Amino acid sequence: MQPFAYHRASSLEDALRHGAMEGASYLAGGTTLVDLMRIGVMRPDRLIDLRDVAELRGFDTGGETLRFGALASMAEVADDIVLRQDYPALAESLLLAASAQLRNMATVGGNLLQRTRCMYFRDTRYQACNKRSPGSGCAALDGVNRQHAVLGGSERCIATMPSDWAVALTAFDAAVEIAGPQGRRTMPIDSFHISYGEHPEAETALRPGEILTAILVPANRAGRTSCYAKVRDRESFAFAISSAAVALRMEGGRVAEARIALGGLSTTPWRATAAEALLRGRSLDESSMKEAAARAMDGADPRPGNAFKVELGRRTVEDALLRAARRAEEGDAA
Amino acid sequence: MSEAHHPAAAPPRAVPPAPDGDWPIATLTLRVNGQAHRLAMDTRTTLLDALRDHLGLTGAKPGCNQGACGACTVLIDGKRMNACLTLAVATQGQEITTIEGLAEGEALHPMQQAFIDHDAFQCGYCTPGQIISAVACIREGHAGSAEEIREFMSGNLCRCGAYPNIVKAVQDVAAKGGA
Ligand SMILES: Cc1cc2nc3c(=O)[nH]c(=O)nc-3n(C[C@H](O)[C@H](O)[C@H](O)COP(=O)(O)OP(=O)(O)OC[C@H]3O[C@@H](n4cnc5c(N)ncnc54)[C@H](O)[C@@H]3O)c2cc1C
Ligand code: SF4
Repeated sequence: MQPFAYHRASSLEDALRHGAMEGASYLAGGTTLVDLMRIGVMRPDRLIDLRDVAELRGFDTGGETLRFGALASMAEVADDIVLRQDYPALAESLLLAASAQLRNMATVGGNLLQRTRCMYFRDTRYQACNKRSPGSGCAALDGVNRQHAVLGGSERCIATMPSDWAVALTAFDAAVEIAGPQGRRTMPIDSFHISYGEHPEAETALRPGEILTAILVPANRAGRTSCYAKVRDRESFAFAISSAAVALRMEGGRVAEARIALGGLSTTPWRATAAEALLRGRSLDESSMKEAAARAMDGADPRPGNAFKVELGRRTVEDALLRAARRAEEGDAA
Repeated sequence: MSEAHHPAAAPPRAVPPAPDGDWPIATLTLRVNGQAHRLAMDTRTTLLDALRDHLGLTGAKPGCNQGACGACTVLIDGKRMNACLTLAVATQGQEITTIEGLAEGEALHPMQQAFIDHDAFQCGYCTPGQIISAVACIREGHAGSAEEIREFMSGNLCRCGAYPNIVKAVQDVAAKGGA
């Protein structure tokens, strides 16, 4: 591991001041950062520990806007009774992620900033990885790419964005709040994770020295009938091979509002707006669900190792729609 | 040498392993199993290495070193966490509990006893992590059914496959009023 100086920030201002220094990285739960430092993929010279910065902690799930402090742990947010009732997809995306130990350590802000699990990115013995060393090539294009993206990739990188929480947040038009040396800004989560294009080394719109302070979600009645479906290689404690967050608002047996976002299949959290539009005004039956699921995977560009993900993605969307529809029916009956 | 020179745990090193250069050294206080230890170590030291190499507490085990197996599980301020991905410097001011801190003197913790009673291990390497995790699983209120226990214990792998008996041990302790 690269040697580093450690500083525990006492306030947001103190953190920003130290974070502006050359080679600085912020430390939250450390479950991505310490892991990648141990294997030599990330090499900061100084760590600015955010755990004592009070205004980054806590969360509030009542009110017109849900607000999650960046340093709230995945476990405490996942356990929130209000979230579980009113936004099951958000709670499930956290609960189905990682393990109980990791959820106690990891923060909901750090979760959006985790790095890809592409094994070539994580293994420094492979030289070709544009994300790790820009311009070096991509070992995954013709390598073992079973876990890689079929949506949103480029000839430079096809690594999947691994966060489940980001996918659920995307379905709800969440926003992120950022503090930097130049002040504060808020941006939609849709533009926070950036598609790779020419520069796969850049994954988010966060600039050096900036701190993610909070995640904001506009209140939404469709939240109650939402769900997060996640397909993994084993039943628990594994990253998504394919996942879908779906929220539905039904009126008179027809879809008034549908929200669909995909994960495990794409290089960024993937909002399936065309599939949402296709469902609007229709009843939910086998044919409308199949059409929407197919539409959601439009533009997929598979490789030999991950071609199965196109069909798997469709089925994951269908499964999530079915479960959300069941929740809508139960809600009506209650 | 007399018995006294062979304590159950390896003796703490008087001097931390010498850093191989002019690396940042942190002086810190680790609170482990109710006792405070003033230590100096390289900032890179993980909590797992600090416990094992600086304090001689070898109960928490190194497994994958990537947060994926749970053999290194300890309680930090009562919450189960992976010591392999925790920096020791970052745990100052927190209370750490390891497997060595569960028993009351000679009296085993109920979860330790339950693991023996239910034959919940074979090689024993993952067992300290399993037991710590199981105690936390019950305290969190996540041991309501066998299914729930399996889901919330999934952060602890057992290569011997003792899972069915681990679940029974956890259920047993939960039924008797908890951990
Ligand atoms: C074995 C394993 C399995 C996992 N499984 C899953 C899974 O199934 N699903 C899933 O979604 N995730 C999974 N994860 C990933 C885990 O959820 C993330 O590692 C975690 O959420 C990151 O949060 P953290 O607080 O630990 O971030 P850290 O590791 O502390 O930080 C991550 C990055 O973000 C930066 N950073 C952190 N917070 C801020 C901030 N507030 N402002 C600016 N920069 C910041 C850091 O500098 C660093 O670059 C898994 C991880 C492991 C190790
Ligand atoms: S897919 Fe991306 S992260 Fe993986 S090897 Fe290629 S460039 Fe690197």
